[in-house]
Amino acid sequence: MQWETVIGLEVHTQLTTKSKIFSGASTAFGAEPNSQACGIDVALPGVLPVLNRGAVECAIRFGLAIGGKLNRVNVFDRKNYFYPDLPKGYQISQFETPIVEGGALTIQVGDREKTIRLTRAHLEEDAGKSLHEGFHGMTGIDLNRAGTPLLEIVSEPDMGSATEAVAYAKALHGLVTWIGTCDGNMQEGSFRCDANVSVRRPGEPLGTRREIKNLNSFRFLEQAINYEVRWQIGEIEDGRAIQQATVLFDSDSGETRMMRTKEDAHDYRYFPDPDLLPVKLDEDWIEQVRATMPELPQARRARYQTEFGLSAYDAGALTGSHVLSDYFEAVVASLPKADPKLVANWVMGELSAALNKAELGLAESPITAIMLTKLLGRIQDGTLSGKLAKQVFEVMWTEGGEPDAIIAAKGLKQMSDSGEVERIIDEVLAANAKSVEEFRAGKDKAFNALVGQVMKATKGKANPAQVNDLLRAKLTG
Amino acid sequence: MSLSIDDVRRIAHLARIRVGEDEAVQYQSQLNGVFDLIARMQAVDTAGVAPMAHARDLFQRLRADAVTEPNRREAFQAVAPQVAGGFYLVPKVIE
Repeated sequence: MQWETVIGLEVHTQLTTKSKIFSGASTAFGAEPNSQACGIDVALPGVLPVLNRGAVECAIRFGLAIGGKLNRVNVFDRKNYFYPDLPKGYQISQFETPIVEGGALTIQVGDREKTIRLTRAHLEEDAGKSLHEGFHGMTGIDLNRAGTPLLEIVSEPDMGSATEAVAYAKALHGLVTWIGTCDGNMQEGSFRCDANVSVRRPGEPLGTRREIKNLNSFRFLEQAINYEVRWQIGEIEDGRAIQQATVLFDSDSGETRMMRTKEDAHDYRYFPDPDLLPVKLDEDWIEQVRATMPELPQARRARYQTEFGLSAYDAGALTGSHVLSDYFEAVVASLPKADPKLVANWVMGELSAALNKAELGLAESPITAIMLTKLLGRIQDGTLSGKLAKQVFEVMWTEGGEPDAIIAAKGLKQMSDSGEVERIIDEVLAANAKSVEEFRAGKDKAFNALVGQVMKATKGKANPAQVNDLLRAKLTG
Repeated sequence: MSLSIDDVRRIAHLARIRVGEDEAVQYQSQLNGVFDLIARMQAVDTAGVAPMAHARDLFQRLRADAVTEPNRREAFQAVAPQVAGGFYLVPKVIE
């Protein structure tokens, strides 16, 4: 039996402001508990929220980046519920009139592009943190995070698999860090995903969805959705109906488990917050923000294909993050001879592999764009073959140092003296009379064996194309 | 619209207000009085009138993004019922 999966994501992105959304307390991560929670954040009676211009500006940037509609007048509402990490008894959020509506994000799945529509993005405050262990049967509350500005970004149910959901989450992560509205640090909770998942048979109306809460890594997002889809299909095939529910993903067991059903779901009793007036975005402000927008990933992706002749896949991968894209462009721009394809291969090949292996971000790469430019320059001027360049790269990565110094110190320079290469070829021919005979008898394989012998004798330092030419000239001459 | 006694109990629960049986009956009739008033207002034709989010016809003033609040944890925690290691302590809650 065929099944279709339908997924929509809600992503909470923590905004990069210095202070909180409604107070002047700091948002810096990792401070002593409750040292960054002022009277507004701990909800002392009589305090009033004052909206942070920086948070609104982040939302405008995001709205412009996704081509959404910026609601020129938008409204803050109270979302009422009781939990000790929310001392006011309500969260200030936006319900009926969010700051951003609509817009879309293009994702790349394999070599196919897909557009994911966005429903809305709204501003809200984060809650504090609860610690349930280590307080002798009590719960400890840290309100440092309370009041941290969030932009919650809600997609339409446009994703059809865990792979697409992850591609969307990565594209969104790439975009918000690109435009600087979120630092994207998932370990610190700056980018958290909730996934709404349902299954149906093709052509049927949408199935009942369950919402998986608080997925803070792309891997967990993928695992949780895959588990949930299998579970829902199993339930329906066994004749049980899916009940709308909120579930949590247990990363240890790899399973999702029920948190609450719809029956005991919260009734938030939203209403406009009387402490806050509606927010007006005037045209001048929007235009000022627009003027500071960087070239967006989508535009760069198109430019890499038209201007640099890169494949859609390469262009997509290189525009996955601003740091990566800038690194790539820096190398392309400073190489003596323009060769974006060579740079793309190295950045996505050797460099990415080394970074992955060492679990480092590009910003921590021991090989800077300048260093990589110097190395690739030595391929372009014929000093290094691709293979030798990889050896130099390896030394640059592990021991550090300038490519030229490494080439000199390790004697890795490609042999360009054709007299020297010819001498070695003569030796190889003399020592491999049998292969020579075979070649003359018409066996092309023997030729390759001879090339291999020459490369071996030169310790890989000969230029393979030059060896080919010289060898063929000698054998047929 | 007419509220049932169960609606009253539910609202009281959501607002975490303890309401006795007699009180619930009393609130039911008072709240229904409020709803009658709303029903009368809803009879007014408001087509073409934009809904108001606030009674004042003004817009929110914004503050600059700057850290202006000092750490006053000691003062705040002096009036908290129970604290430990900088945390506020509350009866254990686990969903």
